[in-house]
Amino acid sequence: MDDPIKAGLAAGWKHIDGSTLASSQTIETDVLIVGTGAGGGVTADLLSGAGLRVVLIEEGPLRSSSDFKMRESDAYPELYQESAARKTADKAINILQGRCVGGSTTVNWTSSFRTPPAVFDFWQSRFGLRQLSAASMSSWFAVMEHKLWVRPWDTPPNANNRVLAAGAEKLGFEVGSIKRNVKGCWNLGYCGMGCPTNAKQSMLVTTIPAALDRGATLYTRLRAERLRVDGNRVSALDCVALQSDGIHPSGRRLHFRARHFVIAGGAIGSPALLMRSSVPDPYRLLGKRTFLHPVVISSALMDDRVDAYAGAPQSIYSDHFLQQAPIDGPLGFKLETPPLHPVLYATTLQGYGEAHARLMREFTRVNVILALLRDGFNPESRGGQVRLGSGGLPVLDYPLGDVIWEAARRALLAMAEIQFAAGARWVTPVHEMAPGYASWGEAKKGIAELPLKPLLCRVVSAHVMGGCGMADAPHRGVVDHRGRHFWLDNLSVHDGSVFPTSLGANPQLSIYGLVARNASLLAAELTGKPVPAIP
Amino acid sequence: MIFGRRQFIQTGLAGSLLLSCSGWLNAAGQRRLSDGEREMLGAVVNAMLEGVLPQPSVQRRQLVALTVDGVATAVAGLSVASQKEIGELFGLLVIAPGRMLIAGVGKPWREASVADVGEFLQSWRVSRLSLLQGAYGALHDLTFGAWYGRPDSWEAIAYPGPPRGYF
Repeated sequence: MDDPIKAGLAAGWKHIDGSTLASSQTIETDVLIVGTGAGGGVTADLLSGAGLRVVLIEEGPLRSSSDFKMRESDAYPELYQESAARKTADKAINILQGRCVGGSTTVNWTSSFRTPPAVFDFWQSRFGLRQLSAASMSSWFAVMEHKLWVRPWDTPPNANNRVLAAGAEKLGFEVGSIKRNVKGCWNLGYCGMGCPTNAKQSMLVTTIPAALDRGATLYTRLRAERLRVDGNRVSALDCVALQSDGIHPSGRRLHFRARHFVIAGGAIGSPALLMRSSVPDPYRLLGKRTFLHPVVISSALMDDRVDAYAGAPQSIYSDHFLQQAPIDGPLGFKLETPPLHPVLYATTLQGYGEAHARLMREFTRVNVILALLRDGFNPESRGGQVRLGSGGLPVLDYPLGDVIWEAARRALLAMAEIQFAAGARWVTPVHEMAPGYASWGEAKKGIAELPLKPLLCRVVSAHVMGGCGMADAPHRGVVDHRGRHFWLDNLSVHDGSVFPTSLGANPQLSIYGLVARNASLLAAELTGKPVPAIP
Repeated sequence: MIFGRRQFIQTGLAGSLLLSCSGWLNAAGQRRLSDGEREMLGAVVNAMLEGVLPQPSVQRRQLVALTVDGVATAVAGLSVASQKEIGELFGLLVIAPGRMLIAGVGKPWREASVADVGEFLQSWRVSRLSLLQGAYGALHDLTFGAWYGRPDSWEAIAYPGPPRGYF
């Protein structure tokens, strides 16, 4: 298997592993980009393509296909924030978020959805974002879909996804097929541990190599600590180099000067960096309205092998329950499936001892369905708040209130009904007090009575959004529709943190499209060339 | 458990205080597990993995020790802040007052039975104190992560492991 990253490095790409720095330094560039995920990658590609000198900063390591051994024990510590165990402050929500070159795009499950039109409508009416609509963004999505091979996935869904399809269809709930950003996918099922065949068209193998080919410089194991603000401009960024463990500072510091600074550290990292830098925030909006698509989980035992570790992890979805009420009514939810690997499943599953062991022995016959709750639209659903904890590291408070639990109960019921309709012989919500149910009738009664509370009902998230929300005016948002900071002229935010609500869909393509637009506008401004013809 | 449920809940506030006091014992950052921590984690792992581990034997003790090593490795992969929190939790559980008052385990960890430790785990799992529930969650995730991350554990769940031979 070719490794395009190893080949690029051999051909002279400029990559500096911060853990190997022997001394502190000051570096000048045109544009400094913090983060190498969906936002940072697309920005680096477009700005370097416009002839600008670009430097990328990444806190995680550079790893590539020859490192991706499809083992959870290697992949989680190497590629994820907190070894895939990042949590909200009260530990009630576990957050899967990438921390490596390519960010979450290196470890996501490839599901690609455009921003739903209803979401743009909501942003227009509530946040004054009249420039953004399904129509005006259509070309940008099309550009990125083409570039990243976002296509319908023609291979039949794996058995885990077939359970969702079969159960939903039997009950008359509409399902759809998920488009995926893959090229020559082997259908292995290990997307979450880094694609070993380079089929996934993540930032790691597309935009970042393109930028490095054009002479961009990539620093890894480097933590962006603080922006230096001088009047209405950012003058510099101070970074601390990490040791090779990726956790402890090495004592070396790098100081970057640039014409323009783009923050793309994800919806926890970006607001935290702006907070540490004490950038102007007169309306106290920074870090607020952080959304997670809180996910509740239903596990079913099927008669035949499901082998949910094998095959494309997500190929079927249902939006039926997003469409049952107005977007700002009781929370709707999207149904999808996760891949099941031993560590991910065993740590998520409730209980211990013999009860846990019994469920694990059925590992290959388990189907799991996820419900992603669409937070941020109902007036009671205001999301979480990023704040700074010890050492200036971010902490996310996300209160799980009644509006979430009301939807969680409907979601657990819907998933159990679907699983029984698909032939499950036993279903349990992932909940510390759920005994498991042998029929839909039993489940309906049992789930209706389950106490839904933090830390009893398992809640996870793989989609962090918001915290630097965009709007038409500084009293409603941190940045404008172009991602430009309202108070600092040469500062942009290019990642999922600019979304003023969640999306009700997996976010990668929403970030690619919006950032392609905003990076193109920025490139035109910085180079003095005309803005691109597409809107 | 040496206390009734009501007493146990009442000790909660004291427990929070104890937890914050025990923090200084473990403020040193990156470090190896102490003997006391290994004993405590050994007892936790031994109970969490009941039903998975073989009957009491030398082999069982070796597998427990291996899993405790895995827990130590997993903790080292967390952020400085999380490592400090985990250090506080471990520090609380290894001191006798913490073990007895907060965990409700009367015997020293190396003498505690699966049933003794199971009662402690269950009481934290459904505790009204989110601090203890969260701590149970940490012990749960660390134990099962360490166990099922090892290829030797996969045969029992019929997981064939990642595809081989293609690369």
